[in-house]
Amino acid sequence: MFNNLSDKLDKALHVLKGHGKITEVNVAETLKEVRRALLDADVNFKIAKNFTKTVKEKALGQDVLTSLNPSQLMVKLVKDELTELMGGETVGINLSGNPTVILMSGLQGSGKTTFSGKLANYLKTKKTKQVLLVGCDVYRPAAINQLQVVGEQIGVEVYAEVGNQNPVEISQNALKHAKSTGKNVVIIDTAGRLAVDEEMMTEISNIHKAVNPQETLFVVDSMTGQDAVNTAKAFNDILNFEGVVLTKLDGDTRGGAALSIKSVVDKPIKFIGTGEKMEAIDVFHPDRMADRILGMGDVVSLVERA
Amino acid sequence: EKSKTTFFSKLSKAVAGKAKVDDDVLDNLEEVLVSSDVGVETTLKVIDRIEARVAKDKYLGTTELNAILREEIAGLLAETNVGNETDFTIPEGKKPYVIMVVGVNGVGKTTTIGKLASQFKKAGKKVVLGAADTFRAAAIDQLQVWADRVDVPIVRQDMGSDPASVAFDTLTSAVSQNADVVIIDTAGRLHNKVNLMNELTKIKRVMQKVVADAPHEVLLVLDGSTGQNAFEQAKQFTLATEVTSLAVTKLDGTAKGGVVIGISDQFQIPVKYIGVGEGIEDLQVFNKIEFVDSFFK
Ligand SMILES: Nc1nc2c(ncn2[C@@H]2O[C@H](COP(=O)(O)OP(=O)(O)OP(=O)(O)O)[C@@H](O)[C@H]2O)c(=O)[nH]1
Ligand SMILES: Nc1nc2c(ncn2[C@@H]2O[C@H](COP(=O)(O)OP(=O)(O)OP(=O)(O)O)[C@@H](O)[C@H]2O)c(=O)[nH]1
Ligand SMILES: [Mg+2]
Ligand SMILES: [Mg+2]
Repeated sequence: MFNNLSDKLDKALHVLKGHGKITEVNVAETLKEVRRALLDADVNFKIAKNFTKTVKEKALGQDVLTSLNPSQLMVKLVKDELTELMGGETVGINLSGNPTVILMSGLQGSGKTTFSGKLANYLKTKKTKQVLLVGCDVYRPAAINQLQVVGEQIGVEVYAEVGNQNPVEISQNALKHAKSTGKNVVIIDTAGRLAVDEEMMTEISNIHKAVNPQETLFVVDSMTGQDAVNTAKAFNDILNFEGVVLTKLDGDTRGGAALSIKSVVDKPIKFIGTGEKMEAIDVFHPDRMADRILGMGDVVSLVERA
Repeated sequence: EKSKTTFFSKLSKAVAGKAKVDDDVLDNLEEVLVSSDVGVETTLKVIDRIEARVAKDKYLGTTELNAILREEIAGLLAETNVGNETDFTIPEGKKPYVIMVVGVNGVGKTTTIGKLASQFKKAGKKVVLGAADTFRAAAIDQLQVWADRVDVPIVRQDMGSDPASVAFDTLTSAVSQNADVVIIDTAGRLHNKVNLMNELTKIKRVMQKVVADAPHEVLLVLDGSTGQNAFEQAKQFTLATEVTSLAVTKLDGTAKGGVVIGISDQFQIPVKYIGVGEGIEDLQVFNKIEFVDSFFK
């Protein structure tokens, strides 16, 4: 895939080389390749289209800067636009609550339970917080066991109610328990659910209302394709979440879903997951993500070669 | 239904009586396909095929176009996919028939195994499950819950033990019980982790000490909401384990799973099953026309 992209852009940029001016024709050619690279990276179809349209307008609006050759100008425009869309600054987590309540949400298998453990471990070790993990997934086989194993690994208490099938009740009881045991952060793990599952979306909305979290996080698999926009929008419509967690970035996906989600809900991506271990958590860096989506390291070196 | 009519009527209006499909229609078709995760390359392939057909057949009515579109897309699946089986069957002559289930993290391997076990059991087969995911927290307990639900035996060891050893035990036990089907669950692993991929090769090798031609089937599970990265998954798992079939999960959501078309085309691996929910009955035998139709809904 990497090679492909290089080749294609090489070809497209070749068209630009030697021209003193960016013309509509060579811009269109280059942007076709950029658009294709974005689609190959799983950026949403419409967003990729708008992106290239914006870059095109900007490119045509700029006179050729004598210090730059046209291809460098194009690369710069693409990279700046992408970084801006990813959202300039790194955004932290709000821990102002007493206790701070953090609610996890997302599709099945996106990495909520694992991330709950990682975040608990991070807050415990890096921010010296007293954390309580809460098991509100009453559906998935052995979901509560999984959270308990994770809690044991990191030395964090797990609140669960065997036999109680009502996650709203469990979350409320957990809050009481947290207060009485002096915890200052409560992380609520929930069952995976599809955005089209009305009953389950109502359930998480009810949990949200019952515990009034400072941070509701939408956990999404970075390998997600075109559907990322639909899902992110649907969850945001119901929960108005504070931030996004992008998991499984230790893979080789380009992660264009990140751009799609950011464009659609305009909420910051706060954390990334980079492995299965409890330490594999990092804060999100928008510029690195922008580079990754387009394989920008690649593109830049390509232009330098030209 | 609405967008389907609109799409097809637009398509036929623009194509009917013309020797060439006009750009508007192709743009539209591109949007539908790319938005279903079919990917640019496969989409261009489909468009080429349609253009060739239209150039050859000249006049086309709505119905014909409709059919051609489906045929051409499904055609990419054709060589490896008969796509008209409706039952959960296992080939005769291998006893026990050993299925190893592989895939990246969280795609639905364990759940698919539970559902498959149920189907095979209903078909009167004697099934044994092997809990060779000894890594993920409570993965063994999860498979145990499924084994209890379906009421089939499971072979398990402690968390952290050697997965190849679990697979070995499972096959030994299955042979001694005279079981018909063995399904081995493995830990989710990203395809770019060399050590973990080698572990799969080892599990395979160790199984062959018990059943010489095992595994008879390596089922790669792909999450239906995965985008173009699924290509790399198929490629690397095929290299490590010679994948023989695919299952696409979570198609009860809004994701279309179109990436499997290109995968099936490029790697010549048939799609066998689709997952359409979390319940025990929510597994279906893959039907390619229904699958392609879902892109236009
Ligand atoms: N490689 C890698 N694997 C991850 C990461 N985060 C989670 N996983 C794995 O992904 C799989 C699913 O993770 P879970 O935490 O169970 O996901 P979940 O969202 O809680 O799943 P459900 O509760 O079933 O909806 C597990 O195998 C995890 O080990 C990550 O950042 N990198
Ligand atoms: N909606 C829906 N959910 C599914 C489907 N198949 C699996 N799931 C859910 O996806 C999540 C992950 O499923 P698992 O079977 O644990 O996935 P896995 O591949 O075994 O995960 P790891 O072992 O952690 O790599 C669970 O919450 C399942 O209930 C499906 O077809 N539709
Ligand atoms: Mg979970
Ligand atoms: Mg599993």
